[in-house]
Amino acid sequence: MSGIEIYIAIAIMAVVNFFTRVFPFLFFRKNELPSYVVFIEKFFPAVIMTILIVYSVKDVNFSLVPYGLKEIGGITFTAVLHIVFKNYLVSIFSGTIFYMALVQYL
Amino acid sequence: MKYEKEIKTAFKVSIPVMMGYAVLGFAFGLLLVSFDYPWYLAPIMSLFIYAGALQFVAINFFNAKAGFVDIAIATWFINIRQSFYGLSLLKRFKKTGKLKPYLIFGLTDETYALLTTIKDDEQLKKRWYYFFLTAFNQSYWFVGCTLGAIIGSNIKFNTAGLEFSLTALFVVLCIEQYKNLQNAMPFIVGALASLFSLIFIPSDKMLIVSIVIALILMFTFRRKIEQ
Repeated sequence: MSGIEIYIAIAIMAVVNFFTRVFPFLFFRKNELPSYVVFIEKFFPAVIMTILIVYSVKDVNFSLVPYGLKEIGGITFTAVLHIVFKNYLVSIFSGTIFYMALVQYL
Repeated sequence: MKYEKEIKTAFKVSIPVMMGYAVLGFAFGLLLVSFDYPWYLAPIMSLFIYAGALQFVAINFFNAKAGFVDIAIATWFINIRQSFYGLSLLKRFKKTGKLKPYLIFGLTDETYALLTTIKDDEQLKKRWYYFFLTAFNQSYWFVGCTLGAIIGSNIKFNTAGLEFSLTALFVVLCIEQYKNLQNAMPFIVGALASLFSLIFIPSDKMLIVSIVIALILMFTFRRKIEQ
Protein backbone atom coordinates (compact mmCIF):
# COMPACT_ATOMS: atom_id res chain seq x y z
CA MET A 1 0.00 0.00 0.00
CA SER A 2 1.08 3.58 -0.60
CA GLY A 3 0.98 6.38 2.00
CA ILE A 4 -2.57 7.64 1.56
CA GLU A 5 -4.01 4.12 1.24
CA ILE A 6 -2.41 3.17 4.55
CA TYR A 7 -4.08 6.11 6.31
CA ILE A 8 -7.46 5.24 4.79
CA ALA A 9 -6.99 1.62 5.90
CA ILE A 10 -6.10 2.77 9.44
CA ALA A 11 -9.17 5.03 9.54
CA ILE A 12 -11.42 2.15 8.41
CA MET A 13 -9.97 -0.18 11.03
CA ALA A 14 -10.31 2.47 13.74
CA VAL A 15 -13.98 3.15 12.91
CA VAL A 16 -15.00 -0.50 12.48
CA ASN A 17 -13.08 -1.53 15.59
CA PHE A 18 -14.86 1.16 17.63
CA PHE A 19 -18.14 0.01 16.11
CA THR A 20 -17.56 -3.54 17.38
CA ARG A 21 -17.08 -2.15 20.88
CA VAL A 22 -19.99 0.32 20.86
CA PHE A 23 -22.39 -2.11 19.13
CA PRO A 24 -24.13 -3.54 22.23
CA PHE A 25 -24.51 -0.08 23.75
CA LEU A 26 -26.36 1.03 20.61
CA PHE A 27 -28.53 -2.01 19.93
CA PHE A 28 -29.08 -3.94 23.13
CA ARG A 29 -30.22 -1.40 25.65
CA LYS A 30 -32.77 -3.74 27.19
CA ASN A 31 -30.51 -6.73 27.88
CA GLU A 32 -32.69 -8.98 25.74
CA LEU A 33 -30.67 -11.01 23.28
CA PRO A 34 -31.92 -13.04 20.33
CA SER A 35 -30.76 -16.66 20.64
CA TYR A 36 -28.58 -16.50 17.50
CA VAL A 37 -26.64 -13.62 19.07
CA VAL A 38 -26.06 -15.66 22.21
CA PHE A 39 -24.90 -18.55 20.01
CA ILE A 40 -22.39 -16.39 18.11
CA GLU A 41 -21.22 -14.75 21.32
CA LYS A 42 -20.49 -18.08 22.94
CA PHE A 43 -18.93 -20.06 20.11
CA PHE A 44 -17.58 -17.69 17.48
CA PRO A 45 -14.47 -16.42 19.29
CA ALA A 46 -13.13 -19.99 19.30
CA VAL A 47 -13.81 -20.31 15.57
CA ILE A 48 -12.09 -17.00 14.80
CA MET A 49 -9.00 -17.80 16.89
CA THR A 50 -8.59 -21.10 15.04
CA ILE A 51 -8.98 -19.39 11.66
CA LEU A 52 -6.46 -16.70 12.65
CA ILE A 53 -3.81 -19.30 13.51
CA VAL A 54 -4.05 -20.70 9.98
CA TYR A 55 -4.37 -17.22 8.45
CA SER A 56 -1.18 -16.06 10.17
CA VAL A 57 0.84 -18.83 8.45
CA LYS A 58 -0.88 -18.48 5.08
CA ASP A 59 2.26 -17.33 3.27
CA VAL A 60 4.22 -20.45 4.21
CA ASN A 61 4.64 -22.82 1.30
CA PHE A 62 3.65 -26.22 2.67
CA SER A 63 4.61 -28.07 -0.53
CA LEU A 64 8.31 -27.14 -0.30
CA VAL A 65 10.96 -28.40 2.14
CA PRO A 66 10.60 -28.19 5.16
CA TYR A 67 6.84 -28.43 4.49
CA GLY A 68 5.83 -25.92 7.15
CA LEU A 69 7.42 -28.06 9.87
CA LYS A 70 8.99 -24.96 11.50
CA GLU A 71 5.57 -23.36 11.84
CA ILE A 72 3.97 -26.57 13.08
CA GLY A 73 6.88 -26.98 15.52
CA GLY A 74 6.51 -23.41 16.78
CA ILE A 75 2.75 -23.79 17.23
CA THR A 76 3.16 -27.10 19.09
CA PHE A 77 5.92 -25.68 21.30
CA THR A 78 3.80 -22.63 22.19
CA ALA A 79 0.72 -24.76 22.89
CA VAL A 80 2.62 -27.19 25.16
CA LEU A 81 4.22 -24.30 27.08
CA HIS A 82 0.85 -22.69 27.59
CA ILE A 83 -0.82 -25.89 28.75
CA VAL A 84 2.03 -26.55 31.21
CA PHE A 85 2.76 -23.05 32.56
CA LYS A 86 -0.58 -21.29 31.90
CA ASN A 87 1.25 -17.97 31.51
CA TYR A 88 0.52 -15.82 28.43
CA LEU A 89 3.86 -14.03 28.47
CA VAL A 90 5.98 -17.15 28.88
CA SER A 91 4.11 -18.92 26.09
CA ILE A 92 4.11 -16.09 23.54
CA PHE A 93 7.65 -14.92 24.26
CA SER A 94 9.30 -18.35 24.36
CA GLY A 95 7.25 -19.60 21.41
CA THR A 96 8.39 -16.67 19.28
CA ILE A 97 12.06 -17.01 20.32
CA PHE A 98 11.89 -20.74 19.57
CA TYR A 99 10.47 -20.08 16.09
CA MET A 100 12.99 -17.28 15.38
CA ALA A 101 15.80 -19.65 16.32
CA LEU A 102 14.41 -22.28 13.93
CA VAL A 103 14.15 -19.75 11.10
CA GLN A 104 17.49 -18.04 11.68
CA TYR A 105 19.77 -20.95 12.55
CA LEU A 106 18.41 -23.96 10.66
CA MET B 1 -4.33 14.76 44.62
CA LYS B 2 -7.85 14.40 43.33
CA TYR B 3 -8.79 10.77 42.59
CA GLU B 4 -5.55 9.57 44.19
CA LYS B 5 -7.20 6.41 45.49
CA GLU B 6 -8.74 5.62 42.11
CA ILE B 7 -5.41 6.15 40.33
CA LYS B 8 -3.50 3.97 42.82
CA THR B 9 -5.98 1.12 42.67
CA ALA B 10 -6.18 1.27 38.86
CA PHE B 11 -2.39 1.22 38.58
CA LYS B 12 -2.01 -1.73 40.91
CA VAL B 13 -4.65 -3.74 39.10
CA SER B 14 -3.14 -2.92 35.68
CA ILE B 15 0.43 -4.13 36.35
CA PRO B 16 0.00 -7.59 34.76
CA VAL B 17 -1.42 -5.90 31.66
CA MET B 18 1.61 -3.59 31.59
CA MET B 19 3.92 -6.56 31.12
CA GLY B 20 1.83 -8.05 28.35
CA TYR B 21 1.10 -4.85 26.45
CA ALA B 22 4.64 -3.50 26.64
CA VAL B 23 6.16 -6.70 25.26
CA LEU B 24 3.51 -7.38 22.63
CA GLY B 25 3.39 -3.69 21.63
CA PHE B 26 7.17 -3.67 21.30
CA ALA B 27 6.97 -6.72 19.05
CA PHE B 28 4.32 -4.95 16.96
CA GLY B 29 6.48 -1.84 16.56
CA LEU B 30 9.52 -3.90 15.58
CA LEU B 31 7.51 -5.92 13.08
CA LEU B 32 5.92 -2.82 11.52
CA VAL B 33 9.25 -1.10 10.79
CA SER B 34 10.86 -4.37 9.68
CA PHE B 35 8.68 -3.98 6.53
CA ASP B 36 10.00 -0.43 6.07
CA TYR B 37 6.82 1.36 7.15
CA PRO B 38 7.47 4.69 8.94
CA TRP B 39 7.81 4.42 12.75
CA TYR B 40 5.11 7.01 13.48
CA LEU B 41 2.41 4.68 12.16
CA ALA B 42 2.90 2.72 15.42
CA PRO B 43 1.80 5.54 17.79
CA ILE B 44 -0.98 6.56 15.37
CA MET B 45 -2.35 3.00 15.25
CA SER B 46 -2.03 2.42 18.99
CA LEU B 47 -3.93 5.67 19.65
CA PHE B 48 -6.75 5.28 17.14
CA ILE B 49 -7.14 1.55 16.52
CA TYR B 50 -5.88 0.18 19.86
CA ALA B 51 -6.44 -3.52 19.22
CA GLY B 52 -3.64 -6.06 19.50
CA ALA B 53 -4.42 -8.80 17.03
CA LEU B 54 -6.01 -6.37 14.58
CA GLN B 55 -2.89 -4.18 14.43
CA PHE B 56 -0.73 -7.20 13.62
CA VAL B 57 -3.18 -8.30 10.94
CA ALA B 58 -3.15 -4.69 9.65
CA ILE B 59 0.49 -5.19 8.64
CA ASN B 60 -0.69 -8.12 6.51
CA PHE B 61 -3.37 -5.87 4.98
CA PHE B 62 -0.73 -3.26 4.07
CA ASN B 63 1.58 -5.87 2.57
CA ALA B 64 -1.19 -7.61 0.63
CA LYS B 65 -2.73 -4.29 -0.59
CA ALA B 66 -6.06 -5.58 0.71
CA GLY B 67 -9.30 -3.95 -0.52
CA PHE B 68 -11.00 -1.46 1.82
CA VAL B 69 -14.25 -3.45 1.95
CA ASP B 70 -12.31 -6.62 2.80
CA ILE B 71 -10.48 -4.72 5.53
CA ALA B 72 -13.76 -3.46 7.00
CA ILE B 73 -15.40 -6.90 7.02
CA ALA B 74 -12.30 -8.66 8.33
CA THR B 75 -11.89 -6.04 11.07
CA TRP B 76 -15.47 -6.54 12.11
CA PHE B 77 -15.12 -10.30 12.38
CA ILE B 78 -11.69 -10.27 13.98
CA ASN B 79 -13.04 -8.19 16.84
CA ILE B 80 -16.68 -9.29 16.82
CA ARG B 81 -16.13 -10.94 20.19
CA GLN B 82 -15.75 -7.44 21.62
CA SER B 83 -19.34 -6.70 20.64
CA PHE B 84 -20.36 -9.05 23.41
CA TYR B 85 -18.19 -7.60 26.14
CA GLY B 86 -20.40 -4.54 26.32
CA LEU B 87 -23.42 -6.70 27.06
CA SER B 88 -22.16 -7.49 30.53
CA LEU B 89 -21.17 -3.85 31.09
CA LEU B 90 -24.39 -2.12 30.03
CA LYS B 91 -25.45 -1.51 33.63
CA ARG B 92 -21.98 -0.78 34.96
CA PHE B 93 -21.32 1.92 32.35
CA LYS B 94 -24.72 3.56 32.72
CA LYS B 95 -23.59 6.25 35.14
CA THR B 96 -20.23 7.04 33.60
CA GLY B 97 -21.41 10.18 31.77
CA LYS B 98 -18.90 11.91 29.53
CA LEU B 99 -16.28 9.23 30.18
CA LYS B 100 -18.47 6.56 28.58
CA PRO B 101 -17.30 6.94 24.94
CA TYR B 102 -13.66 6.50 25.98
CA LEU B 103 -14.47 3.55 28.27
CA ILE B 104 -16.19 1.85 25.33
CA PHE B 105 -13.38 2.73 22.93
CA GLY B 106 -10.80 1.25 25.30
CA LEU B 107 -12.64 -2.00 25.91
CA THR B 108 -9.90 -4.47 24.95
CA ASP B 109 -9.87 -8.12 26.04
CA GLU B 110 -7.60 -7.38 28.99
CA THR B 111 -9.40 -4.22 30.12
CA TYR B 112 -12.71 -6.06 29.94
CA ALA B 113 -11.26 -8.93 31.95
CA LEU B 114 -10.03 -6.56 34.68
CA LEU B 115 -13.23 -4.48 34.76
CA THR B 116 -15.41 -7.55 35.16
CA THR B 117 -13.15 -9.56 37.46
CA ILE B 118 -12.20 -7.04 40.13
CA LYS B 119 -14.68 -6.97 42.97
CA ASP B 120 -16.44 -3.76 43.82
CA ASP B 121 -14.88 -1.38 46.31
CA GLU B 122 -17.62 0.91 47.55
CA GLN B 123 -15.21 3.71 48.44
CA LEU B 124 -13.97 4.15 44.87
CA LYS B 125 -15.53 6.60 42.46
CA LYS B 126 -16.30 3.93 39.91
CA ARG B 127 -16.30 5.94 36.74
CA TRP B 128 -12.90 7.47 37.43
CA TYR B 129 -11.48 4.15 38.50
CA TYR B 130 -12.70 2.64 35.20
CA PHE B 131 -11.24 5.59 33.31
CA PHE B 132 -7.77 5.38 34.86
CA LEU B 133 -7.65 1.63 34.42
CA THR B 134 -8.55 1.96 30.73
CA ALA B 135 -6.10 4.83 30.21
CA PHE B 136 -3.22 3.06 32.01
CA ASN B 137 -3.70 0.03 29.80
CA GLN B 138 -3.76 2.07 26.61
CA SER B 139 -0.66 4.01 27.69
CA TYR B 140 1.30 0.74 28.10
CA TRP B 141 0.26 -0.29 24.60
CA PHE B 142 1.13 3.14 23.20
CA VAL B 143 4.59 3.20 24.80
CA GLY B 144 5.34 -0.40 23.81
CA CYS B 145 4.33 0.09 20.15
CA THR B 146 6.17 3.41 19.82
CA LEU B 147 9.40 2.24 21.47
CA GLY B 148 9.42 -0.93 19.39
CA ALA B 149 9.03 1.08 16.18
CA ILE B 150 11.64 3.73 17.07
CA ILE B 151 14.24 1.25 18.33
CA GLY B 152 13.50 -1.09 15.44
CA SER B 153 14.10 1.60 12.84
CA ASN B 154 17.41 2.69 14.40
CA ILE B 155 18.97 -0.60 15.39
CA LYS B 156 18.96 -3.38 12.89
CA PHE B 157 17.80 -6.59 14.51
CA ASN B 158 17.54 -9.86 12.71
CA THR B 159 13.77 -9.92 13.00
CA ALA B 160 13.25 -12.99 10.80
CA GLY B 161 10.51 -15.03 12.43
CA LEU B 162 9.31 -12.23 14.71
CA GLU B 163 5.91 -12.29 13.02
CA PHE B 164 5.36 -15.61 14.78
CA SER B 165 4.46 -13.65 17.95
CA LEU B 166 1.06 -13.17 16.33
CA THR B 167 0.61 -16.89 15.68
CA ALA B 168 1.71 -17.60 19.26
CA LEU B 169 -0.83 -15.08 20.56
CA PHE B 170 -3.64 -16.81 18.66
CA VAL B 171 -2.50 -20.25 19.86
CA VAL B 172 -2.65 -19.05 23.46
CA LEU B 173 -6.06 -17.41 23.02
CA CYS B 174 -7.32 -20.57 21.35
CA ILE B 175 -6.30 -22.71 24.33
CA GLU B 176 -7.96 -20.24 26.71
CA GLN B 177 -11.13 -20.44 24.60
CA TYR B 178 -11.08 -24.22 24.84
CA LYS B 179 -10.77 -24.05 28.63
CA ASN B 180 -13.94 -21.94 28.74
CA LEU B 181 -15.97 -23.92 26.23
CA GLN B 182 -14.90 -27.56 26.71
CA ASN B 183 -16.39 -28.15 23.26
CA ALA B 184 -14.21 -29.10 20.31
CA MET B 185 -16.76 -28.38 17.56
CA PRO B 186 -16.01 -24.65 17.01
CA PHE B 187 -12.30 -25.44 16.70
CA ILE B 188 -12.96 -28.22 14.19
CA VAL B 189 -15.20 -25.89 12.17
CA GLY B 190 -12.58 -23.13 12.25
CA ALA B 191 -9.81 -25.52 11.25
CA LEU B 192 -11.82 -27.07 8.37
CA ALA B 193 -12.94 -23.68 7.03
CA SER B 194 -9.47 -22.14 7.17
CA LEU B 195 -7.60 -25.18 5.82
CA PHE B 196 -10.07 -25.37 2.93
CA SER B 197 -9.50 -21.73 2.00
CA LEU B 198 -5.75 -22.03 2.59
CA ILE B 199 -5.65 -24.69 -0.14
CA PHE B 200 -8.27 -23.43 -2.61
CA ILE B 201 -8.60 -19.64 -2.17
CA PRO B 202 -6.05 -16.92 -3.09
CA SER B 203 -4.45 -15.68 0.13
CA ASP B 204 -5.87 -12.14 -0.07
CA LYS B 205 -9.44 -13.52 0.05
CA MET B 206 -8.69 -16.28 2.50
CA LEU B 207 -9.83 -14.60 5.72
CA ILE B 208 -13.25 -13.57 4.42
CA VAL B 209 -13.93 -16.92 2.77
CA SER B 210 -12.93 -18.79 5.94
CA ILE B 211 -15.26 -16.66 8.05
CA VAL B 212 -18.20 -17.15 5.68
CA ILE B 213 -17.69 -20.94 5.44
CA ALA B 214 -17.36 -21.14 9.22
CA LEU B 215 -20.57 -19.13 9.74
CA ILE B 216 -22.47 -21.44 7.39
CA LEU B 217 -21.08 -24.57 9.08
CA MET B 218 -21.75 -23.22 12.57
CA PHE B 219 -25.40 -22.47 11.83
CA THR B 220 -25.85 -25.75 9.92
CA PHE B 221 -24.65 -27.72 12.94
CA ARG B 222 -25.99 -25.35 15.54
CA ARG B 223 -28.10 -27.98 17.38
CA LYS B 224 -25.19 -30.41 17.60
CA ILE B 225 -22.81 -27.72 18.80
CA GLU B 226 -25.16 -26.45 21.48
CA GLN B 227 -25.81 -29.92 22.94
